[in-house]
Amino acid sequence: MKIINLEIQAVRDLNQALHDQSIKCNEREWEVLCPKGQHNIACGLDQSLTIDIKGHAGYYCAGMNKKAHITVHGNVGQGVAENMMSGTVRVKGDASQAAGATAHGGLLVVEGNAGARCGISMKGVDIVVKGNVGHMSCFMGQAGSLVVCGDAGDALGDSLYETHIYVKGEVKSLGADCIKKEMRDEHISELTELLNRAGVDENPTEFKRYGSARQLYNFKVDNASAY
Amino acid sequence: MCGIVGLYLKNPALESQLGELFSPMLIAMSERGPDSAGFAIYGDEVNNDFIKLTLRHPNECYDWEAVATSLKLHMDVAVDWFQNSNVSVFKIQASAAAAQQFIDKHYPEILILSAGQSIEILKEVGLPEHIAKTFNLKNMKGSHIIGHTRMATESAVTMEGSHPFSTGMDLCLVHNGSLSNHNRLRQELKREGVKFETDNDSEVAAGYLTHRLQQGDSLNEALDNALKDLDGFFTFTIGTRNGFAVLRDPIACKPAVMAETDDYVAIASEYQALSSLPGIDNARVWEPEPATIYAWERNT
Repeated sequence: MKIINLEIQAVRDLNQALHDQSIKCNEREWEVLCPKGQHNIACGLDQSLTIDIKGHAGYYCAGMNKKAHITVHGNVGQGVAENMMSGTVRVKGDASQAAGATAHGGLLVVEGNAGARCGISMKGVDIVVKGNVGHMSCFMGQAGSLVVCGDAGDALGDSLYETHIYVKGEVKSLGADCIKKEMRDEHISELTELLNRAGVDENPTEFKRYGSARQLYNFKVDNASAY
Repeated sequence: MCGIVGLYLKNPALESQLGELFSPMLIAMSERGPDSAGFAIYGDEVNNDFIKLTLRHPNECYDWEAVATSLKLHMDVAVDWFQNSNVSVFKIQASAAAAQQFIDKHYPEILILSAGQSIEILKEVGLPEHIAKTFNLKNMKGSHIIGHTRMATESAVTMEGSHPFSTGMDLCLVHNGSLSNHNRLRQELKREGVKFETDNDSEVAAGYLTHRLQQGDSLNEALDNALKDLDGFFTFTIGTRNGFAVLRDPIACKPAVMAETDDYVAIASEYQALSSLPGIDNARVWEPEPATIYAWERNT
């Protein structure tokens, strides 16, 4: 295992060393010490590595991740795992706003709460939050799933496309074109699999499903006269 | 972009280290605001029959002794003062209004940065590290302090446009964000008699709070009204004689993170600025909710 202490080495050096592993991989396990809220830790990886960040990370941690499995043993700032393509990002603490923004694939698990705009414009990532999510979560979510074991803030799923949303607790309010939907067998199976992958012990039948009413994102010929 | 930092000591034993604890916090926010910086420190309170003014003159060799002598002579009051770079702190045995009127009338070249029993505002153009050094922040003592590092977006990079802004007796404001209705609001406030020095949007927020408080609002009521009347993005930290308050707009685009231990409550735009605080690894760290007032006050 390779240990990098960010009190001694720069984030740029860490990321370069991690990027080098995509060309020739000679070390699969990495530990990052003393992150102290620095930004852009472990960004743009493209190799099956396991990375443990021991402490709180700043903005865009694990952004653009491909293949790697990154665990943050603390909180993260805004935009964790933004634009992730594959792999896993696990946050042991809380995540600030825009967690998993625009991410195309992989799994993001937040064991604490996630802030506002969690999963904004998500495009295929699966996000599981053990706590609550803030307002405008899943705004313009296009694909993938958002699972919230706690409560959701205002305007959940505003302008939603095809992301599947499951919430166990209360939803403060639903955004435009987001509605509560029936929980059928295939959704119970999908949610069971998501909870298992995330290692979260919850009963899938206690969740409610939300999705797009599909009234907003197709142009309606009835509205042609408005233009 | 701008940076906000604040530190409120719950444990009075740490008061002698306030500046030392706060200095790295301010400097950590240099990337968010490299063009000017400032802070409002609370401590060294004067008795109720005194007023403490922070006065500034651009010339470091300005004859402050003459100002003190003139105050003593014309107002027949006790005056104590000390100089820190191009700023002087005057403790005058008079009402705030009388002391301020005297300065305005006889020394129009002097800018009054703050007035109150406890507050001192120090701010300047330049890197936060430079400002901390200029005013010897590290050796300052007090009960609480709020600071700001500025990256100007709405108006000129000047000392007058830098934060904190005084909003009344022992009150000040720092702001990260931008207000979109500040021109209209400035006109309305001017009609109500509020004076402005700059075209800065944050000064309008400060003027707004000053006005509301003068109208009889409590701090909580003034902040509640700010949520209705201020259009735009903001994270505010408001320094008060006994503590500070934090407020984010309902959209909450501008960041804020808070930390609390048995010894202190701290706020910063980014966690990086909190990472130097003692015991931070075991502190309760959280993000303040949008449109929610957080306030800490020590009992007096």
